[in-house]
Amino acid sequence: MLRIRNLDAGYGKLRVLKNISLHVKAGEIVTMIGANGAGKTTLLHTVVGLVRPMRGDIVFLGRSNGRSSVAKIVASGCALVPEGRQVFAPMSVEENLLLGGHVLQKERGRAAVLKELEHQYELFPILRERRRQLAGTLSGGEQQMLAMGRALMSGPKLVMMDEPSTGLAPLIVRDIFQIIRRLREEGNTVLLIEQNARAALGIADRGYVLEVGKVILQGPAADLLANADVQRAYLGREKIG
Amino acid sequence: MSLDLFLQYLFAGITYGSIYAIVAIGFNIIYNTTGIINFAQGEFVMLGGMIAISLLEYLPLGYAIAAAVLITMAIGALIEMLFIRWLESPSVLRMIIITIGISILLRESALHIWGESIRSLPYFYGNEITTFNLGSVHISPQVVWVIVACAVMMAGLSVFFRSTPIGREMRACAANRTAALLCGINTRNMVTLSFMLSAGIGALAGCVMSPITYTQYDSGTSLAIKGFTVAILGGLGNSLAAVAAGILLGIIEAFSVSVVPLAFQDAIAIAILLLILFVKPHGIFGSSEAARLKDF
Repeated sequence: MLRIRNLDAGYGKLRVLKNISLHVKAGEIVTMIGANGAGKTTLLHTVVGLVRPMRGDIVFLGRSNGRSSVAKIVASGCALVPEGRQVFAPMSVEENLLLGGHVLQKERGRAAVLKELEHQYELFPILRERRRQLAGTLSGGEQQMLAMGRALMSGPKLVMMDEPSTGLAPLIVRDIFQIIRRLREEGNTVLLIEQNARAALGIADRGYVLEVGKVILQGPAADLLANADVQRAYLGREKIG
Repeated sequence: MSLDLFLQYLFAGITYGSIYAIVAIGFNIIYNTTGIINFAQGEFVMLGGMIAISLLEYLPLGYAIAAAVLITMAIGALIEMLFIRWLESPSVLRMIIITIGISILLRESALHIWGESIRSLPYFYGNEITTFNLGSVHISPQVVWVIVACAVMMAGLSVFFRSTPIGREMRACAANRTAALLCGINTRNMVTLSFMLSAGIGALAGCVMSPITYTQYDSGTSLAIKGFTVAILGGLGNSLAAVAAGILLGIIEAFSVSVVPLAFQDAIAIAILLLILFVKPHGIFGSSEAARLKDF
């Protein structure tokens, strides 16, 4: 579904990503873990077109994303749930969701948007309760759900999530991860970026470990969980003996 | 001061105040989608009036005004496409300086096309001395036109921003540009649209006020200062507050005439602007928290 080959990207003269290659197959949850500054967010921003690649290809659903605008890439079915939620704070929950349906509205009309809205309300019942409330007044967990719902409103084929658990209470993190699992059951494909490596590898099929702009490890999530280096660096556990 | 005189001043204040409010709303619309102050906003008002006056030779008044508004909107869109759109992530300061350049360009072009003469549209109803009496106050019908036109524009804009999908998308750009991009919204088109919209309302304001205030190639400058004062006074980006602030400034100016000579009118607006920038830079209705989040 998504194939990235030899990608370099960054800002101005600064090269953040160096020779990254990765792929995501349809129906998978793939996670990318790494410390702050490893380039995880830059990677997602490059895939969605917010950052221009310097070298290499990004092929999404058989088409190269390289020079397309963000609007085109999102319309082609690639949605990003940005870091720090980025909800439209002064607008109501429902307006946020309807804006997420912008792409759908253009392609399939208003009826499809309303149907998708109903679907999001089923997935996130709390959003239905709060639909008249301003998004900025929601709690962190609710805002995260709203950001996810908004991205899903476009009917994406690939959902990319940038650190959905940041700053949330452990109980809410569990809910969020349960929803990600449910998304997969509904046939979605997810590329998940997390600092919470244990939780992310716990639900993912495969994982990549990113360190200072390079992929240093990759493999099935279970293997990475068992890997001594990963355990030491990201799971806070030193294996003795 | 007698009650009659008081009411007379009050009406004059409200009339000018609504014009300032419309100019301020023009500032706000562009500020909200781009984060910049478009200093060519006053020139849109001037262009609207001038174009309508020129078209009056060929068209009846109503059509001339409609055509002038449409032409000014096209000019607004063109300016955005020529000078703003192609910039790759420009800084706020650079864009503001560009708009100052555009305002000089428009003013000088107007000087070449129309010369220095002072012109005006005819009164929409009656003439200079037609008045109708509200109690003991004499009101020109044009004043009613100005106030009604401003009220209708306000109502129209508020419906547009609240209940149409495009209005919602423009608000989304204002609230969070990156998130709007991620929703698949073409934010550049929204910027073009915001230039068109503020050019259009500026032009309409320029037409309805022309019979009272007259139009000259440089009449945009002082209006831009007044409109900017009002936009800051109300809190940048807040259109409802701009109306209140506009009327407030209009009334202050009108009543100042009874205390200080007429020539001080502009000085009063600028004094208020300075005072606000010193004391309450986020405006009387703006919250300091919101002000901190803005890049300008």
